[in-house]
Amino acid sequence: MKLAEALEVATRTDPGRVRSHNEDAVFGSAEQGLVILADGMGGYNAGEVASGMATTLLASNFGRLLKQVGHCQPLAVDADTGKRVSHRHIEEEVASANSAIYNTAQSQPQYAGMGTTLVMAWFYENQVTVAHIGDSRLYRLRDGDFRVITRDHSLLQEQLDSGMITAEEARHSQNKNLVTRALGVDPVVEPEIHDYEVEPGDIYLLCSDGLNDMVDDEEIGLTVQTLAANLELAADQLIQMANDNGGRDNVSVILVKVRGDFAVPRGWWQKLLAWLK
Amino acid sequence: MAKLILSMEGLVLKEITLGKERVTIGRKPHNDIQIDNLAISGEHAAIVTILNDSFLEDLGSTNGTLVNGEPVTKHFLRNNDVIELGKYRLKYINDPAIAGDAPDFEKTMILRPGAVRPMEAPKDHSNTSLGMKAPASAAPVAGQAPAAPAAAIQLLNGANAGKELELTKTLTTLGKPGVQVAVIARRPHGYFITHVEGAQFPVLNGKVLDTQAHPLSDHDVIEIAGVKMEFFFKT
Repeated sequence: MKLAEALEVATRTDPGRVRSHNEDAVFGSAEQGLVILADGMGGYNAGEVASGMATTLLASNFGRLLKQVGHCQPLAVDADTGKRVSHRHIEEEVASANSAIYNTAQSQPQYAGMGTTLVMAWFYENQVTVAHIGDSRLYRLRDGDFRVITRDHSLLQEQLDSGMITAEEARHSQNKNLVTRALGVDPVVEPEIHDYEVEPGDIYLLCSDGLNDMVDDEEIGLTVQTLAANLELAADQLIQMANDNGGRDNVSVILVKVRGDFAVPRGWWQKLLAWLK
Repeated sequence: MAKLILSMEGLVLKEITLGKERVTIGRKPHNDIQIDNLAISGEHAAIVTILNDSFLEDLGSTNGTLVNGEPVTKHFLRNNDVIELGKYRLKYINDPAIAGDAPDFEKTMILRPGAVRPMEAPKDHSNTSLGMKAPASAAPVAGQAPAAPAAAIQLLNGANAGKELELTKTLTTLGKPGVQVAVIARRPHGYFITHVEGAQFPVLNGKVLDTQAHPLSDHDVIEIAGVKMEFFFKT
């Protein structure tokens, strides 16, 4: 199955109920198997500049990369680094977006200090490579099991990990807005990158903290599961729930439903079959 | 910034701003908050503040430290918590809504390395850059919005005619998966029905709905996949 048929993608972004600006940015393309979400930070409109630059740069650079058919084999292992080729591409593109945002922030005083979180998922050959920086998340629903896949780069997560604070206390923390990694705030940044097998029927949710700070994980999971048949409606419903609960932050969601297998045909026989289809 | 209001038997004695990372409380004069009373230990308790959160720690005091009536050794402080040391009370105030520095907060900033030194762990913070996004306030999530009044649907025909289904969940789906499904969303200001899947759309009071959400009124009649049902508010 081609990616465009195998994946269904719904994207939404909303300023919420309190903020006048939307500093979140989203990109989604089933055809390319690529989804990107960024939650910007920085005074005035600098946050939206940072998140906008991140999604636009990554989407266009990956778009170019993915067009080089045959040259881009994300699953292959890179001889130099011993890592998957997909990791090298993500590292390079994230580094280039990081430099672009950092340099803009350095050269233009009105953008000084801007930065953005990032979560992106790249689907290829029944695999997904997930990269993230900061506290924007990726969740997965598989066979009724809904769980967060990424681990926030935040002060709160570090406090949770070290046992300083319990999950219940964390819900009441006023340090929710502190991220320990961001794109564009330093000359270099290290994205966290992991690979996962994809199964038909999986639903992936990428979101900014405007969703998971306003709506419990359990409620988010139930909504995705209940409305799995209508992804657009599920995306609308998630935004609405964040806003109904106060909508104190910008809220963005990207839903990706895996309808079928999207392995690349390997042998001549499979290639012929694929071609005949 | 968070503060403490020190009082004894209802009489306010002092207001203390938690401006330092570590504020100590005790009977001896070197404490940041000195309470000269024999029920208070020399070094009784300490409050460690990390950015916008504060943690209370009893330093092995003789008479102990209570928070909201419960003895604690270490406690994550929440707005309006009452700390008791002997006859003295310290009320913890940390309300983002009334914080004087809120406008600055909204403007968002990046904190550079070394800006935060969390107590104990984690130690590897020195090389970490901290970015601050405009906070979305820290009030507890969920259950915040006023709930809509209780409502239910009753099936009017079919094998289960007369059966009642209470709409207690945020989302209740109706119909047959793969054939025709609609969902009723319970929102703070009422109930809404929306088409989810299937070629046929739900019928509301004899009218076929479109893809948009429609508010439900008392005694509305819904038809989904050939089954009629009545929506009503429970009183």
